[in-house]
Amino acid sequence: MSFRMSLRRLFLMPASLVTVLLFLVPLAIVLAYSVMTRGPYGGQGAPWTLENYQRFFDPLYGEILLRSFWIALETTVLCLVLGFPLAWFIARSGTRRQLYLQLVMLPFWTSFLVRTYAWVFLLRDTGLFNTILMGAGITSAPLPLLYNHGAVLLGLVYCSLPLAVLPIYSTLERLDYSLVEAAADLGARPFVTFRDVVIPVSAPGLRAAAFLVFIPALGTYLTSDLLGGGSTILIGNLVQNQFTTARDWPFGAAASLILMVIVLVGMKLATRKGEELM
Amino acid sequence: MRSPVLALYVAAVYAFLHLPLLILGVFSFNSSKFTHWEGFSLHWYRVALGDRALMESAWNSLLIAGFATLLSTVIGTMAAYAMWKRAAPWLTSSLYISLVTPEIVTGVSLLALFQIVFQVLRLQLGMHTVVLAHVSFCLVYVVMVVLARLRTIDGSCEEAAQDLGATPFEAFWHVTLPMLKPGIVAAALLAFTTSLDDYVITSLVAGVDSETLPMIIYGMARRGVNPAVNAISTLIVVGLGTLIVISQRLEQKA
Repeated sequence: MSFRMSLRRLFLMPASLVTVLLFLVPLAIVLAYSVMTRGPYGGQGAPWTLENYQRFFDPLYGEILLRSFWIALETTVLCLVLGFPLAWFIARSGTRRQLYLQLVMLPFWTSFLVRTYAWVFLLRDTGLFNTILMGAGITSAPLPLLYNHGAVLLGLVYCSLPLAVLPIYSTLERLDYSLVEAAADLGARPFVTFRDVVIPVSAPGLRAAAFLVFIPALGTYLTSDLLGGGSTILIGNLVQNQFTTARDWPFGAAASLILMVIVLVGMKLATRKGEELM
Repeated sequence: MRSPVLALYVAAVYAFLHLPLLILGVFSFNSSKFTHWEGFSLHWYRVALGDRALMESAWNSLLIAGFATLLSTVIGTMAAYAMWKRAAPWLTSSLYISLVTPEIVTGVSLLALFQIVFQVLRLQLGMHTVVLAHVSFCLVYVVMVVLARLRTIDGSCEEAAQDLGATPFEAFWHVTLPMLKPGIVAAALLAFTTSLDDYVITSLVAGVDSETLPMIIYGMARRGVNPAVNAISTLIVVGLGTLIVISQRLEQKA
């Protein structure tokens, strides 16, 4: 028995080391930096301060936070609304379920970067859409499709949609369809059946989907950088900028910590007691 | 029940999901530098494959993904096995939080760590820091996939082996591990594709000698028109797509 225990401990050790040294310690360093003062040549040190957090009450940075929240919320709502009918369709397609589901997940697993780049290719001034529109004589000058809020939203929805479909599908798959039929037999209109039967049953899936879409969208950096091109600064871009060009690590650290807190609160809201994490 | 409206809607969503990549793939064979279709040509593939920076970065990416996959698969499989019969709540929560942490936060916190370590040891950012970063974010995927596979395995086989005189390690090595193999391969493929595709974390912890393929593509994509990017992107999607299909087949078979 004691040997069995030690084998278990031995097997846990490398992963614990990696998690502590390469995840928890770095986060603790960022936490520490977030209450330090930026040095005159970059770098950070005493005195301790909460000023880095206070800067988010400045309208300039507060707006970035609000914008990030807003675009993540828009992405989540769109993904749930667009994803639900698709998940419903897949769950009710019998033996072809697996195939249909894989067709949703395949682009998701390939390459995040390439999928975002594909939209740059389609939307830019010399891109496919503008070439077609101008070739057909519909517009004389290229439409500004890229580098705006809409383009970032489109990219986020495009990349996150599979993340919404998967958990909704897995609750709908287990939905006892006779409940829907019973409601219809008892005279419920489709909308009422949907609201009072389907939605409550699929609530855990919808909650998981909302979390899986909202959190990465909130912290996005790549999508807003490639498709927003500096016009749509989100909190992820702010963090990146403070740690690279601006070299104000304490401020960037504070922004990272704010992101982390939102993520942890979201995680708490999305997982109910008794639900297994893994 | 299958209303035509729903079917039409679903077709539209599938088109939305797949067409952008398909169009990109089609135009990678366009002979023109512009978005007008001129004719079929492999010109941009020759340009991409002849580009030294692109090829060097592709080699770096494969090397990094190889090492990161090897390390994270071994470490993650061991951890999943340890968490199988008795939960490790502390490690589970930490891994789960690492899964949901925005990439940019993971990236800057690793950068902050490496910077402190480098003040003590005289090292610089490079391949080694990228590999460490990738091991750290691939680990949770491996643990999840292997643990899911373990949950489908009958634990009493291993106990029987031990009753018959095998040591716990022998029971793991000769009984459980062979049954786990498809899960481990699937986990490794997932780690490999995740590592190969990462831009955000990599760009923060890479040094001058360790530019990866996504970093080069990103730079090209930001600079503007370059059909060679279409060609290399198509190769990536086809390559990663094939690996993913293989890994899903393996997961289903097991």
